[in-house]
Amino acid sequence: MRRIESFLRFLWEFVVGDDWRIAAGVVVALAVTALVAGTSVSAWWILPVAVGLLLAVSVWRVARTHW
Amino acid sequence: MTGTEWGLALSVFLACAVEAVEALTIVLAVGTTRSWRSSLTGVGAALLALAALTAALGPALTALPINVLRVVVGALLLIFGLQWLRKAILRASGLKALHDENEAYEHELAAARGAGTVERDRLDPYSFTIAFKGVLLEGLEVVFIVLTFGANQHNVGLAAAAAGVAVLAVVLAGLAVHAPLARVPENTLKFAVGVMLTSFGIFWGAEGAGAHWPGDDAALLVIIPAVLLFSIGLAATLRRRSAVASRAAAGQAVRV
Repeated sequence: MRRIESFLRFLWEFVVGDDWRIAAGVVVALAVTALVAGTSVSAWWILPVAVGLLLAVSVWRVARTHW
Repeated sequence: MTGTEWGLALSVFLACAVEAVEALTIVLAVGTTRSWRSSLTGVGAALLALAALTAALGPALTALPINVLRVVVGALLLIFGLQWLRKAILRASGLKALHDENEAYEHELAAARGAGTVERDRLDPYSFTIAFKGVLLEGLEVVFIVLTFGANQHNVGLAAAAAGVAVLAVVLAGLAVHAPLARVPENTLKFAVGVMLTSFGIFWGAEGAGAHWPGDDAALLVIIPAVLLFSIGLAATLRRRSAVASRAAAGQAVRV
């Protein structure tokens, strides 16, 4: 049981890393892109904007703890 | 080779070189202080495990329908790329300590010396385990990048070759200097890898989700510089803000 637990913890740390919000944000952004792509509206811009926001917010949260 | 294949090979080469430098530090430390034979056996076992993982997962990934593959690969590349980029930006802006190979080497040396005596003519479990774990853990990320890039381009062989060339280059450099490769600009390389993984993740993720890029593949020529400039801008802004905050704190301390 402990081995499974530690494997799952390793997997979480390996894939998700230090900030789970990035992983969650990427999944949401891809889902929104898929939804919008199904309409007549152009959807290519959603992911770059989401990635920019996720990266900026993630580093900003760390920076704020230093200032 | 197409432009995308060059991008694939370069990204895998850089990512693999960075991870290989870190693995080399660990192997050098246990090999020098304890047992080269046991350390190299550990390295060999880890490389076999990584090769088996690539051989097992590669065909499984390439069997996925192209759009499903692109969403999965895009999501994973984005998650990984953003983590690499996040750390590289924090290091470049002085908010996170830079990875120091000499310090890591000294730390591994001290741990290896304190791990009891080495019995001659027998496999040293400590050297084997540390070398095995070091190479396996650093290599897992490379396997992941080789598989995602390679599967998406249906060219796992090219990605694996780029990774092999990087490992060979680092090993040869390690043999030449016989010391940790502390002069390798690791954060710059990590920054570059983060930019490449994130850019390809944006491109393939959006395509897999059903979006159409203006200019098709040529969109990558805009996405990569845009991600690079945005990341450099973020690092510069954070560095400037940190300097202002430090000056304000110092001024306040003087007044008190």
